[in-house]
Amino acid sequence: MEFTAILFYVFSITTLGSALFMVFCKNIVHAAFALMFTLLGVAALYVLLFADFLAATQVLVYVGGILILILFGVMLTTQGFSSNLKALTTNLLPVSVVMAFVAAGMMYVFYTSSWPVVVMDEPDSTITGLGMLLLHEYMLPFQITGVLLLIAIIGALLMATRIKHPN
Amino acid sequence: MENSFLQWLAQPELTHYLMLGAMLFCIGITLVLTRRNVIMVLMGIELILNSANINFIAFSRYSVITLDGHLTALFLIILAAAEAAVALAIVLNIYNRFKTIDIDEISLLKG
Amino acid sequence: MLQLSLLILLIPFAGFLILIFFGKRLPRQGDWLGTSFLGITLLMSVFLLISKIASIPGDTLSYSFSWVIIGNPDAGGFSVDLGVMIDNLTVVMLVVVMLVSFLVHLFSIGYMKDDPRYSRYFSYLGLFTFSMTGIVLTDNLLMMYIFWELVGISSYLLIGFWYEKKSASNAANKAFIVNRIGDAGMFIGIMILFIHFSTFSFDAIFSGIQAGDLPFQSTAWLTAAGILIFCGAVGKSAQFPLHVWLPDAMEGPTPVSALIHAATMVAAGVYLIARMFPILTAEALLVIAYIGAITALIAATIALTQHDIKKILAYSTISQLGYMVMALGVGAFTAGFMHLVTHAAFKAGLFLGAGSVIFAMHHALHQKHDHKTDAQDLRNMGGLKSRMPLTYWTFLIFTLAISGVPLTSGFLSKDEILAGTLAFSSLNGHYLLPVIGFVVAGLTAFYMFRLFILTFHGKHADESRVSDLKESPFTMTIPLMILAGLSTFVFYSFNPFAASGGWFFSAIERPLSLVPEALQPASAEVFAQAVSALHTPALILSIIIAGAGIFGAVWVYQWKKTSAVQISEKFGALYRGSFNKWYFDEMYQAVFINGTFIITKVLRWFDETIVDGIVNGAAYVFERFSVVNRWFDEHIIDGLVNLTALGTGVLGKVLRKVQTGKIQHYLAFVVLGMLVFYFIII
Repeated sequence: MEFTAILFYVFSITTLGSALFMVFCKNIVHAAFALMFTLLGVAALYVLLFADFLAATQVLVYVGGILILILFGVMLTTQGFSSNLKALTTNLLPVSVVMAFVAAGMMYVFYTSSWPVVVMDEPDSTITGLGMLLLHEYMLPFQITGVLLLIAIIGALLMATRIKHPN
Repeated sequence: MENSFLQWLAQPELTHYLMLGAMLFCIGITLVLTRRNVIMVLMGIELILNSANINFIAFSRYSVITLDGHLTALFLIILAAAEAAVALAIVLNIYNRFKTIDIDEISLLKG
Repeated sequence: MLQLSLLILLIPFAGFLILIFFGKRLPRQGDWLGTSFLGITLLMSVFLLISKIASIPGDTLSYSFSWVIIGNPDAGGFSVDLGVMIDNLTVVMLVVVMLVSFLVHLFSIGYMKDDPRYSRYFSYLGLFTFSMTGIVLTDNLLMMYIFWELVGISSYLLIGFWYEKKSASNAANKAFIVNRIGDAGMFIGIMILFIHFSTFSFDAIFSGIQAGDLPFQSTAWLTAAGILIFCGAVGKSAQFPLHVWLPDAMEGPTPVSALIHAATMVAAGVYLIARMFPILTAEALLVIAYIGAITALIAATIALTQHDIKKILAYSTISQLGYMVMALGVGAFTAGFMHLVTHAAFKAGLFLGAGSVIFAMHHALHQKHDHKTDAQDLRNMGGLKSRMPLTYWTFLIFTLAISGVPLTSGFLSKDEILAGTLAFSSLNGHYLLPVIGFVVAGLTAFYMFRLFILTFHGKHADESRVSDLKESPFTMTIPLMILAGLSTFVFYSFNPFAASGGWFFSAIERPLSLVPEALQPASAEVFAQAVSALHTPALILSIIIAGAGIFGAVWVYQWKKTSAVQISEKFGALYRGSFNKWYFDEMYQAVFINGTFIITKVLRWFDETIVDGIVNGAAYVFERFSVVNRWFDEHIIDGLVNLTALGTGVLGKVLRKVQTGKIQHYLAFVVLGMLVFYFIII
C-alpha cells in the first residue's frame, strides 16, 4: 500500500461521502457545505493526478465562486430555514435503487475492460504547457469562451436586475 | 484471486478514477432527479460536471493525450461557472414569479 | 422631322391635360393657351409640309417601337408596335387639321365667350386635335383604331357639350352609337388582317399582300377585309346608310361642327380609305364608289328642302363626303383627297360663317328679349348683307367654291372628280356614277345659293327684330377671311381650270395597287389617260350644270319668278320625302329599334319559358340528388371524419399525461433513454 493509494482512498471517501450526504440531508445549507467538501475532494484528486493548475482553478472557481453563488441563491430564495424542510425529495427510493444498479453496471464495465494504460512521466508543472496550448492551438476556443462568459454575465445581470416586484 | 483483487486495490490507476467518476455521476443524477429544490438540482448538475472532469484528467494522466484533457476540463469549469450564474439568475426570476423554488409546483407546461 | 411630328402630336395633348385640370384657374380660363399651342403646332406642320414636299417628296419616314411583346415574335408570338409614319398624305392632312383647328380655336374665343364651361370646351378641342393628329400620323392599324375611338369620344363630348339640352345629349348618344356600328365592322376587318399577318403595321401588311400572301389565301377575304375596314369610314364619314348621325350632331356648338363635323373628323374616313387604298380590290372599290354616289345623291336631295341653316350645311357635308368617297372608289385618288383638303377649307368657312350669322342673330334677338324665334331658321333671316358685310362676302366665296364655280378651289377638285367618274364609266361602263356626280353638282349649286340668298338677300321678315344686329367681332371674322383666301385656286394650282399641273397633284400620287393582278382596278396610267381625254367635256359640263343650279336658285329665290311653294306642291311626294330626310330616321326607328323590341319580347318569352324551365328542371334534379348526397355526407363522410378526430383525441389524451410540466420527469426520461442506449451498446 503506497502513500498515494492511501491518499486516493481518503479523498475518494471524502468526495463520495459528502456527495451522498447531499442526497440524503434535509437542510439545504448543510447540503451546500457538503458540496464544498466534495469539490475540495475532487481538487485533491486532481493533485494526485498531477493536475496542479486545475486543482487550484477548481478551488478558486468552484469553491470560491460557484459555491458562494449557490449560497447566495439559497439565502435569497429561502424564507427561513424551516419552511422548506418538509417533503424535500420525490421518488428518492426508486431513483436511488436504479442509480445504484447503474453505478454498479458502469463499474463492472470499467473493471472488466482492459484500458491501454500509459503512465506518463510526472511533469514538474502543467502551467507552462497549458499557457502555450491556450495561446496557440486553443486560441479560438479560448476567445470564444471569453465571449461566452461575457454574454453569460450580461445575461445573468439582465435577468436578475429586471425583476419587478408586482406588489 | 483474492490476492489479485487486493493488489488491484492497492495500485490506484485509471480504472479507479473511472469508477469514482461513475459513482459521482450517479449520485449527481440521483440528486437532480429526486430533489425538489431548484438549487439542489443545480448542485447535482455541478456534481455531474465534476465527475466528467475527473474522467478527463484521469485519461490525460494515464494516456498520451496529456494536457489536452486538462484544457477540456478547464473549459468545462468555465462553462460551469457561466451556467451557474445564468441558472441562478433564472432561479431568482422563478422565485420572484411563483414565490417558490419547488420545481414540482412550477408546471405551467403540464399537458 | 419625326421628332417634330411627335411634338405636333403631343402639344395638343399637353394643352388638353393642362386645361382639363387647371383651366378654370388660368387667366381668361386658358383660351389663349389652347389657341397658342395650336398656333405653334400649325407653324410646325406648315414647316413639315414645306420641308417634306420640297426636299424629300418621295420618301416615307417612319419610326416605331415595340409596345407589348407576346410570345416569341420569331416563333408564333407577335409584338404590338407603336409608331409614326410621315409621307405626303400625312403632312397635307396634318396642315389641314392644324389649320382648321387653330382657326376654330380663334373663332371660339368670340363665339363661346359667355359659356359657363368655357375652359372645358377648349380642353375638349385639344383632345380632339390630339386624337385626330394620332390618326394622321400612325403607322399601324391598332393605333389607327385607338385614335379613331378617341376622336369618337371627343366628338361625343363636344356634340353633347350643352348636355342640359335633351336634344344635344340624344344627338351625342346617336352619333356615338351609329359610329359604333361602323367601328365594329372596322374592327373585324383589322382582325382579319391581324390574324393572318400577326402585325398591325401598314408596311408589313402591304408588303405581305404584295408578295401574294392573302388573308387565308383567299381573294374573297381580302375584299371582305377591305369592305369591313371601309365600314369604319362609313360610320365616321357619315356615308349611307349610317349618315343619320351627322345632321343631329349639329346640336353641338357651331365651331365644333366646323372643326369636327365638316372639316376633319368626318374626313378621317376618307383618309382611312386613302391609307388602305393599296390593298383594296377592284370589287371593294366599286362598292365604295357606289356607296359614295348614293350618299352624295341622297344628302343633296335632302338639303334642298331644309330650313335650318346648319342642317343644310350638314347634308351638304354628307354629300361632299360622298363625293370624296366616290372619287376614291373610282380611282380618282388625288382628286378625292384634294377635295378633302379644299372642302375642309370652304366647308369650315361655311360653318364658321353660319356660326357668325347665328351668333349675331342670337345676340340681336337676345337684346329684344325674344327667345321664341329660332336663330338658325332660314325663314327668320334675310337681308343680312348690309349688316354683316364681312360675313357676307366671305360666305359668298365659300358658296361659289362649293358650287364649283371657276377660280375657286372647289371647282378644281370637283372638276377632277367628275372627270374621274367619267373616265371610270368609259373604262368599266358604270354610267350611273358620272350621272349622279353631275346631278349632285347641280343640286349642290342650287341649294347652296338658296341658303345664301335666303340668308343675306331680300328683305328681313320682321325688320324690327334685327335692328340691333351687328357684325361679329374680329376673332370670328379673321378666321373667315383666312379660309376665304384658302378657297381660291392659287393655293392648289396656278392654272384655274386644271388642278393636274399644280403641286398638289405632283405631291399626292395614287399609290400602286398591291393586290393580285386580276383584282386590281384600272392602273393609274390607263386611268390618267382616260381622265385627260375626258377632262375638257367634264369641265364644260360641270360649269354648265353649276351655272344652271345657280341660275335656278336665283330665279326662284332672288327674282321670285317662280314660287318655291308652287314647285314644292308640284312635286308633292318628292318634296315631302326630301323634307323628311327620306324617312331614314323613321325607318331605322321602325326596323331596328322596334324590331329590337319585338325580338326582345320573343327572347324574353323564350327565356322565361324554355330557359327558365330547363334551369328549374335542372335545379329540381340537383335538389333530389343533393338530398342523397347530404345523407352520404352526414353519415359516411362525417362518420369517417369524426372517427379520425376521435382517434386523434384519444391518443392526445393518453399522450398529454406524459407532459407533466415537471422538469424532473423530463430529465428522468432523458436518463432512461440514455440507459436504453447504454444497454444496447453493452
